[in-house]
Amino acid sequence: MITPLKYTDIVRSAKKTTHGKGHNNSLRNYAALGEMVGIHSSARVLELQNVSIQLGRRTVINNLNLVVRQGDFLGVIGPNGAGKTTLMRLILGLIKPSQGMVRLFGASPSAPGDHRHMVGYLPQKQRFDDRFPVSALDVVMMGRIGCIGLLRWPSREDRKAALSTLCRVGFNKEDANRPIGELSGGQQQLVFLARALCSHTRLLVLDEPTAALDLTAQNRFYRIVKELQNDLGLTVIIVSHDLPVVAGYADRLLCLDGYSYIVGTPREVLASRQVARAYGRQIAQIFN
Amino acid sequence: MDFLVYEFMQRALVAGLLAGIICAVVSLFVIVQRMAFATVGISHSALGGIAIGVLGGLNPVLCAAFFCTLVAWGIGLVSKKGNLHEDTVIGVFFSTTMALGVTLISLAKGYYPELFSYLFGNILAVTSQDLSLLGIGGTIILLFLGLFFKELLFLCFDSDVARVSGIPVTPLYFALLTAIALTVVISVKILGIVLASALLTIPAITGLELTRNFRGVLAVAIATGVVSSLVGLWLSYALNLPSGATIVLCAAMIFFASFVFSPRRKWVVRSKK
Repeated sequence: MITPLKYTDIVRSAKKTTHGKGHNNSLRNYAALGEMVGIHSSARVLELQNVSIQLGRRTVINNLNLVVRQGDFLGVIGPNGAGKTTLMRLILGLIKPSQGMVRLFGASPSAPGDHRHMVGYLPQKQRFDDRFPVSALDVVMMGRIGCIGLLRWPSREDRKAALSTLCRVGFNKEDANRPIGELSGGQQQLVFLARALCSHTRLLVLDEPTAALDLTAQNRFYRIVKELQNDLGLTVIIVSHDLPVVAGYADRLLCLDGYSYIVGTPREVLASRQVARAYGRQIAQIFN
Repeated sequence: MDFLVYEFMQRALVAGLLAGIICAVVSLFVIVQRMAFATVGISHSALGGIAIGVLGGLNPVLCAAFFCTLVAWGIGLVSKKGNLHEDTVIGVFFSTTMALGVTLISLAKGYYPELFSYLFGNILAVTSQDLSLLGIGGTIILLFLGLFFKELLFLCFDSDVARVSGIPVTPLYFALLTAIALTVVISVKILGIVLASALLTIPAITGLELTRNFRGVLAVAIATGVVSSLVGLWLSYALNLPSGATIVLCAAMIFFASFVFSPRRKWVVRSKK
């Protein structure tokens, strides 16, 4: 039996802290939210019970049970078509399970509420037009729109918070007003990471965030994410094909293999039969 | 400025000014949401609505507004629910509604000259009633775009992340389609069904040639919309040319100038060196 967590209370208290004095919403202030959530360090951020997803006649995920707690760094691996992106979309409330129950911060992911402002999402592909007339800072500001609310304009503090978040992920302040289409792939990914962090983010969902980056940019990206997780007490769920890297950063791995799955420490999962079956000899070659 | 003594010219001037501003603001969303072809489809579908209005003895503009909104929603609904590419669905609706319009007109007995004014537009024939509709409709459209500007921009940039952030993406998307459909009807009276989509695409593309900031794009788009409407109207009067076509040609001239002088291409700077 699951007892839904009252995260709305935590958000309300955090809003008092972050909005109370002059609506100061810098990223450092979100640490206050982190400390509050830290009280519930074993709190269940995400819970999946007997979840199955069918797309057409095909079962993509079968009877998945998973608990992700506050501060976890979960890597989701598996071959193409194993259901990784489908799982991310389920967690984000973009699709509903065919069977079973999903709880995100104690509520249904697709239900409206404050819990949605606690999730930062970085999708697999950013299909925007390179000529879209927005700057890097405008894109980060988009991350705050959900918590600013409808019919309200962003304040100067919101803009300051966005700029501070952008700098926090290692982006140059001078480049903040550059058009998003003029930035390199690595810089764009940092901007999207900042956007994902710019709300009252407690859970960061990253879907193959480094797929289009070179090795240096990949390492830099993962290092920043790990630092943010440690500094702000974030929970991170990351989908990646880059097994050695994700195994190095994640505390736990979930390997999806179409019809079955295994979850555990990276050592346990990578030594399992399921991973060997999913990846064949590749896994041994990679780690040798 | 002697042409301003005529009342119909004064009405045309106000209509051009209002349409220039409204179409320019809407054009920003048409371009960033890549819906240029949708405006062509919706404007051509207005023929069906106008034919129903003319033949049924109803207000053709209101009928077209209602019909175009239904078509815009149909395009949105079929492409989203049916998982079909928007361009394909627009192609189907475009031809079907045109066919409906042509069939209805052929069924009519007698001659309806006003149908031709809708086909090619006539800003000089704008009545006080048309002007009131333009004012009320335009105010509603601009209010909607102003109030939900940040959400609409987010939706156009990345609808999935906007949905995850708690933005009501589906209602806003259909409201945007409605705003585009109503703006198309506004420009149909001035430019005609055939050219209506021009003022919904050219202003924002011109803005994108000159700046990469949405505030700048909006400013250039409004300037393009207003200047091409007013200059086009004056030229059509002075040279006795069809008003709708002259307005579109003016807008196109501004676009090509911005294309050549675009800081992105730096053609002019290079040739000076």
